[in-house]
Amino acid sequence: MKDIREDIAWAKINQDVLKSLENPRKLYWVIVFCAMAVFSVGLGCEIYQYNVGMGVANLNNPQVWGLYIATFIFWIGMSHSGTLLSAILHLMHADWRKPIYRFAEAMTTFSLMTAGLFVMVHIGRLWQFYYSLPYPNERGIWPNFQSPLLWDAMAIFTYLSSSVLFLYVGMIPDLAIVRDNIHAGWRKKLYSALSLGWEGTDRQWRNFRVTYLTIACFLIPLAVSVHSIVAGDFAMSQQPGWHVTSFPPYFVAGALYSGCAAIITLFIILRYVFRFEEYMTLPILKKTVRLTFAIAMVWTYLNAVEFASVWYSHDQASKDVLIQKATGPYAPFWWGMIFCGSVVPFMLSIKRFQTNIPVLFAVSLLLNLGMWLERWMIVAPTFSHGYYPWTWDHNQWPSMVQWGMVFASFGWFTLLFMIFCKVFPSVSMYEVKEMVYHRKLHAAKGGNNSQGAH
Amino acid sequence: MSVTNLLENWSQFRHFHPVDDKPHDPYKWAMSIDLDTCTGCNACSVACFAENNIPVVGKDKFEHGQQMHWMRIERYWDEDVSNPGGRDFPDQGAQFLPMMCQQCEAAPCETVCPVAATNHTPDGLNSQIYNRCIGSRYCSANCPFKVRYFNWYDYPTDDSVWPAEMNQQLNPDVSVRSKGVMEKCTFCVQRISAAKITAKNEGRLVHDGEIQTACQQACPTNAITFGNLVDTEARVHKQWEAQRVEIDKDKQEKDEEKGGTDLRGYRILEELRAYPSVMYLERVRESAV
Repeated sequence: MKDIREDIAWAKINQDVLKSLENPRKLYWVIVFCAMAVFSVGLGCEIYQYNVGMGVANLNNPQVWGLYIATFIFWIGMSHSGTLLSAILHLMHADWRKPIYRFAEAMTTFSLMTAGLFVMVHIGRLWQFYYSLPYPNERGIWPNFQSPLLWDAMAIFTYLSSSVLFLYVGMIPDLAIVRDNIHAGWRKKLYSALSLGWEGTDRQWRNFRVTYLTIACFLIPLAVSVHSIVAGDFAMSQQPGWHVTSFPPYFVAGALYSGCAAIITLFIILRYVFRFEEYMTLPILKKTVRLTFAIAMVWTYLNAVEFASVWYSHDQASKDVLIQKATGPYAPFWWGMIFCGSVVPFMLSIKRFQTNIPVLFAVSLLLNLGMWLERWMIVAPTFSHGYYPWTWDHNQWPSMVQWGMVFASFGWFTLLFMIFCKVFPSVSMYEVKEMVYHRKLHAAKGGNNSQGAH
Repeated sequence: MSVTNLLENWSQFRHFHPVDDKPHDPYKWAMSIDLDTCTGCNACSVACFAENNIPVVGKDKFEHGQQMHWMRIERYWDEDVSNPGGRDFPDQGAQFLPMMCQQCEAAPCETVCPVAATNHTPDGLNSQIYNRCIGSRYCSANCPFKVRYFNWYDYPTDDSVWPAEMNQQLNPDVSVRSKGVMEKCTFCVQRISAAKITAKNEGRLVHDGEIQTACQQACPTNAITFGNLVDTEARVHKQWEAQRVEIDKDKQEKDEEKGGTDLRGYRILEELRAYPSVMYLERVRESAV
């Protein structure tokens, strides 16, 4: 099976991708409408919480963080696979990433924006949010540069701005194609402005390549550091169950894992909604699935490492938290995490399922459920079972306000993502052409057609 | 944290607390609590509510764990309640532990606050700046004692904890906190400041016993002692010295002596090296009742 047919005409590629900006299937509008409805639920919850106080989230003294921070980590994690696909695989010259990296990169940007929202809804005085930013002010007051939370804020802002830049720069040649093909109107003006006068001259291409590569190289260490710093929020604290050195790699692996699972979900949706069957082919899906399986195993290993290092540390408080996770009130969720995160991925190792779309759709959702549970199981049990008995609180349950906002974040993300895919080309036209061209050269040389280029 | 601090004095944030700290001079506020005399009467807690304008949240919010008691009495039982036939709250054998902010010398809450709303004062207090707090609650997450309380609701206005006629009973020396900020025991910093100002005007140091915290004042059995640890004549200094408890110790000698000891002093969760400023004296009598 080939990653992509080598006889697709370049004009057809343009035509197919441009069609996605015009008339998607009806399902598109259904998804957008549902996403808006779901998002408005969360908006209502936030307005209520903003007016009445954080107490309506049913947070309390030991359990001060709850679902907001768990879901924040989840969305930060989601953002990592975009960079993996677009930057790391770009440097490794993996051709199969070309039709799918654009939407993965968009996913990075929008999941970061979603994560940012959770920081906002989490803090008690949203209207003083800017205190945590190092802005110049006449009083000479700065944020506390020792706080992992501040590193977090800075890392996320840097990562967000860099990935927006990366997404945009990578899109310039495509924006020019859209500019040249679209009928006059506000969209024509938008694309003309955004394509920065791209004409496709040799000099422009040369500069473009260098810029793109530079940002890719810049983005990779950034992606690793962002989630390491999020892990630092926990690992650098003193609480039992969090004070674990292996947290940063564990978090990064978890991030890539949930991101890859989300790529599979969105791959399947986009392929159907925008009629991208020709470009988002099953062999590419298969490669993504295999990559996801490999990362799932890395995550499983690091998870085991974490349990082992807690267990053999002989730190009684940390051990108690681990025992609480496995046997206490959180046990169903903890075992659910183990099942969804470490057992379900074995479905991906079965060849028959690697191209079976309904199965993959279900599995990818389960994997992400598992990864969300993982984040919750990092945050909540430590709060419920602190250093000494008075600080224990095993019965606190998040209120509907919290659940509503967690639920709504999926709507917000989907909404942004779907709007993006309708306004901008979600398949990279110029890179697909490149890929088709490579395949053609390969075929002309009499190469083995059953193998994709790299 | 100013630019000057950032550029020139950064090293002061990077040393080993409290061993390399600048010496506390002339004040280091500390406490000792004698668990042998504590009867668990809760007078300290009530006094604290009155002195520090702490909102009484009501039954519903208390059940959700949103109570605000800066000073709380923790109860523990000798009897193993998980034994078959054992009761959850037996009549006898309760032990009491008055618990408030331990004013740690190397406070875990201070380093993690993103906006530096909680700081260490030169006289050894862990201060909380309400105006600066954005409510990230990281301090509470990192506090091993869980003695920080968050304003989950707007108690003074929305909840009208103090209706119009009761506004008069608020302590004018203490600010009423708004929604979304963290608060905690201050060692009655308003009383400390007042005494320091008086002493300064009179050109002397604060005498031992000149400052009483609200909890200390209300305690019927004098279980709480508060004072200046630097002052060798202060009662709290003598108690710490007699028990061989020092600020920068992370374990007590009495735990290593075989065959019992007369020493009773310890600090809670010392092994975490937060170096609390509150010393507890172990209970020696048989039963609390």
